[in-house]
Amino acid sequence: MKRIVYREWRLAPQRYWGLLAILAVVAGLGGLAFAYMEHEGHWVTGMTNQVVWGTPHVFAVFLIVAASGALNVASIGSVFGKTLYKPLARLSGLLAIALLAGGLLVLVLDLGRPDRLVVAMTTYNFRSIFAWNIFLYTGFMVIVIAYLWTMVERKGHPYTKPVGFFAFVWRLALTTGTGSIFGFLVARQAYDTAVMAPLFIAMSFAYGLAIFLLILLFALDQDGRPIGKFVLFRLRNLLGIFIGAVLFLVVIYFLTKLYGAKNYDLVAFYLADGGIYTILFWFVWILAGSLFPLGILFHPELSKSRAWIASACGLTVVGGLASMYVIIIGGQAFPMQLFPGKTILESGFYDGVGGAAAAYAPSLPEILLGIGGVAVALLITAVGIRVLQFLPESLADRDVVDHHVVRV
Amino acid sequence: MTTNKHKERVDTSRRGFLGAAAVVTTVTVAPGVVLHRLAVAEPRSEAVTSDVRWGMLIDSTKCAEGCDACVTACNRENGLDLQKQPKGEDADQQKKWDRQAAKWIRIVKVKDNLTGHESRLPMMCQHCEHPPCVDVCPTGASFKRADGIVMVDRHTCIGCRYCMMACPYKARSFIHETVDTKLTRAPRGKGCVESCNLCVHRRDNGTPSTACADACAAQGQGAILFGDLKDPEGPLMKKLTTLSSRQIREDLALDTGVRYAGV
Ligand code: SF4
Repeated sequence: MKRIVYREWRLAPQRYWGLLAILAVVAGLGGLAFAYMEHEGHWVTGMTNQVVWGTPHVFAVFLIVAASGALNVASIGSVFGKTLYKPLARLSGLLAIALLAGGLLVLVLDLGRPDRLVVAMTTYNFRSIFAWNIFLYTGFMVIVIAYLWTMVERKGHPYTKPVGFFAFVWRLALTTGTGSIFGFLVARQAYDTAVMAPLFIAMSFAYGLAIFLLILLFALDQDGRPIGKFVLFRLRNLLGIFIGAVLFLVVIYFLTKLYGAKNYDLVAFYLADGGIYTILFWFVWILAGSLFPLGILFHPELSKSRAWIASACGLTVVGGLASMYVIIIGGQAFPMQLFPGKTILESGFYDGVGGAAAAYAPSLPEILLGIGGVAVALLITAVGIRVLQFLPESLADRDVVDHHVVRV
Repeated sequence: MTTNKHKERVDTSRRGFLGAAAVVTTVTVAPGVVLHRLAVAEPRSEAVTSDVRWGMLIDSTKCAEGCDACVTACNRENGLDLQKQPKGEDADQQKKWDRQAAKWIRIVKVKDNLTGHESRLPMMCQHCEHPPCVDVCPTGASFKRADGIVMVDRHTCIGCRYCMMACPYKARSFIHETVDTKLTRAPRGKGCVESCNLCVHRRDNGTPSTACADACAAQGQGAILFGDLKDPEGPLMKKLTTLSSRQIREDLALDTGVRYAGV
């Protein structure tokens, strides 16, 4: 059994600083976009009184959901005792923190009054799932940092398993909490279902792992560290299973919605006549973002190529963003049933006249803010693996497999 | 033509009044002080009690085609007509602005899918006994007063818009723009959410009724009846016991304070 050696990321300085500079510029653009929206007010965005959560929420929720999923690799290692995943646990924890920080930043900067963050941190309404999420998110950060400490510090080793277990339970609560933000909206037909929470958990598994794999492959590749088939194929298969789980729950979602005739319109909106939302659903989320990656990951030849696996991950991420767009914005654009059994003929407030969907077009500042959040997450990760010993020296089969065999 | 004249007349008189009372303020520090003084000087010493529950009965059969007196009156009463489109004169921007401007009350016309029966009615915050917006608000800014009025505390609202997502009546509006001009009785600020508060300043000043109900009555329609849902002898409860009425989205069991007849 070999000892796992962790080393700082040894990228040539020019490349490293170049990478940081690019990320900083993207994050800076996000900051400028925020300053602009904050100064002018939300009228410069595409958001209206009908579609109140726009593109920033798409990115924020995606990042938050992916954050809890990114922790999975560590959980499998320490909670379920799969030593094969142990060398990856540190990166997994770091990425979880980074993604959560990026997502929360976007969420906060999109508030109408971001300057009142202190109010949000000090005044609570405990009936609100939103308020609970504030605890879930900050708690997650603290626990994952503690978890990382138990892994990095020798004295902490004995606690890795219990803390890891705690972190795992917490992450499930966190994703359930995030999903429930939507689940509690009984008035909105698209969200009013119990499938929302498991769907979000499956999504977090898939999107978090896809991002994890992308970053792992990139980081190892950049300073020439090996990754063997054993680890890579395990992660690849896992990703395939998670994507499959999301698809399965999407089917369940529509089946439960079809159960009552009152939701036929909603199902038709998503699947057939919802315009941009239907297109995003079928072509980006399902086809490009789920079926293509599945095809690659289970293809006898392509599934062996690192480049193909990485593209499958990339597609999953794109599909993930599309899924958030469809759920968050599509769910609002679909007219709310103010008068079940009646058709709205006229309205002074855009109440879905004749069943029309609410208009929304993302504005540039919104998109920049969202991408800025992604850049912040990547920045934290890039700095983290550079200054801390988080990346395993080698993931080659000979370095990890016997390790694995010994335990199993 | 008549409406125009009417508007002009009201506008001028209002301007005079505003000038005199310095009710219109700009967002600077000094007016803030004035505002504060005015607020303190108000005779609002009585605490809000739960002995009353304010509500309304809207008889949609009386709501006249083409009339929007309630909407106009509400806009004027609560300073919603002072909202200005920030910039951008092009048609697209104007269209978007119309979807972004705050509206507390609107006219909706619906047709029954089965019978074809059409009704026209004003929609606003329904002042639920169990308001979803209050449940979801993370800071408790969205709250229900003891007298049943559901409203937003402008000082703790962080503008997360979760309440707007939760409201089954789409009653709430977000302030998308910087507000330069506003009324003392209806403070307003960028980045906060607001909605109909049953003319809460009138409640606190002891003025009867709401702007929309008054305007509707003045038009001779009398489709909106404001009153106390806890007073069995009051006009509202008396009417409710004789006229069959319903709640919008009764299925959600929110026990709304605004009831509708003829829908
Ligand atoms: S927008 Fe304001 S009132 Fe509405 S839920 Fe958020 S903090 Fe509460």
